[in-house]
Amino acid sequence: MTPSLFLFYAASALTLGGGMGVVATRNVVYAALSLLASLMGVAGIYLVLFAEFLALVQVLIYGGAIVIVVLFALMLTRLRELGGPMEHRQWPLALVGALGLFAVLAAAIARTGVPQGLERMGPPVAKVGASLFSQWAVPFEAASVLLLVALIGAIVLARPGGRD
Amino acid sequence: MTVREALLLAGQLLGLLTALVVVVLSLIWLERKALARFQNRMGPMRVGFHGLLQPVADALKLLVKEDLVPTWADRALFWSAPLMVFVPSFVVWVTIPLAKEVVIRNLEMGLFYIVAFSILPVVGLVLAGWSSANKYAMLGSLRSAAQLVSYEIPIVMAVIALVMVPESLNLVTIVEGQRTVPYAALQPLGLALFLLAGVAEVGRTPFDIYFAESEVVGGPFVEYSGAHWSVFFLVEYINTFVVGVLVALLFLGGWTFPLVPEAAWLGFLWVVAKTYLVVLVMFWLRGTLPRLRVDQLMSFGWQLLVPLSFANIVITGFYKFYRWPGWTLTLMSLALLLLAGWLVYRRQTRPAAATAEEMLARARAYRRREA
Repeated sequence: MTPSLFLFYAASALTLGGGMGVVATRNVVYAALSLLASLMGVAGIYLVLFAEFLALVQVLIYGGAIVIVVLFALMLTRLRELGGPMEHRQWPLALVGALGLFAVLAAAIARTGVPQGLERMGPPVAKVGASLFSQWAVPFEAASVLLLVALIGAIVLARPGGRD
Repeated sequence: MTVREALLLAGQLLGLLTALVVVVLSLIWLERKALARFQNRMGPMRVGFHGLLQPVADALKLLVKEDLVPTWADRALFWSAPLMVFVPSFVVWVTIPLAKEVVIRNLEMGLFYIVAFSILPVVGLVLAGWSSANKYAMLGSLRSAAQLVSYEIPIVMAVIALVMVPESLNLVTIVEGQRTVPYAALQPLGLALFLLAGVAEVGRTPFDIYFAESEVVGGPFVEYSGAHWSVFFLVEYINTFVVGVLVALLFLGGWTFPLVPEAAWLGFLWVVAKTYLVVLVMFWLRGTLPRLRVDQLMSFGWQLLVPLSFANIVITGFYKFYRWPGWTLTLMSLALLLLAGWLVYRRQTRPAAATAEEMLARARAYRRREA
């Protein structure tokens, strides 16, 4: 087994194990920690693919900010151990949704050709920036507008009297 | 990787750990001495020459103290939280160069690597507070999450504006770009933003909101004692040193300015001297300023530092895009810095917005709505 293959399996195990932990554990804080492990595993996979920039963004945004905000929200709510298994009447709907997402992702992955013999798949960070601001400028700006709307929405909701 | 390379890396990491412990002991002595002099005291004098061995004695005392675990604590998380705080602040040192050749691994995206990993200790702080099963620890960890996530934004934005000038994230390249002009002269605003937000990230006075001992009695670390508490203490000083060394490398020219030394060890001395200078400024801030209130902390971060950090990127963009001479960036940066200083001064000196009665009436109205 080559070192990179070993790293890939380790990162995948971390991702899948963390994902299992998120849904299997009864303690919400442990679930958030499993989420962190899973997201770090994804960063590891990016690293195996030589996409260092993506890996670091994954650590900064998901590992740092998102998990911290999740923990923050969990601690502001009343924490108690969840007793029985979570039964919900919507589970068939959730199953359809999850399988549909899986099908879309699997189809997308199957159709995307894997470039063979490429030592470095991820372009250097300068190229990422250049293509983001030229070829992909419109989607980039659209994403920025979406985030801005979410930001303003959060402020409006959190303002005193905003809920009335 | 061969066995020899692996052994070499392990030796380097061990040497790094030893060096960091020595640095932390020196910083503790320096801080106690500096604070004492600010207050017209002598500071530690008994153990060794001018108290030089006092930190060693303190460390030994901490290590032999009993390590308590509260009955209601979540043991696994309680034990692992110090590790989750320590590991990220240790691994960033892998790519920090102390002279042109003195670096373990010079990563192409070294600066971004440091910024990305410096956010992870917050998870450890939050877990430390939660697993202690103590309300003060909990409040402290909530405060730490809010504070550190908020002040991460100005840090990242200041770094973005800085790397626009040399167009590189490689720390060695950034320092080599300052042979004639250090970036502190090009971006005084960036220096101020990075230093202030850095002090807040480390949680030093006036930003020590989350372990404010008179409010939340030590924050996330209330229940920690002995060796585990000393890990948090160690991390605080390591992070202070990281902020110092980053300011020295990014803004003060590292080993290249003002005189370019021939020998590598001279450059190393340059960087270390500049770092201790920046750290002394941070001690000076601590000796001078009182602690901010929580709402002051948040409004200072979000209403002043965040907008300024975006403005910093915009003026650097103008400078780069139109290829203006360097002094225009200095002027724009200084103008923004003065504007910010004026805004703070006006806010500090204006009369209170509401009398005590008005505020009380507002609080009553709020409680009525909640009920």
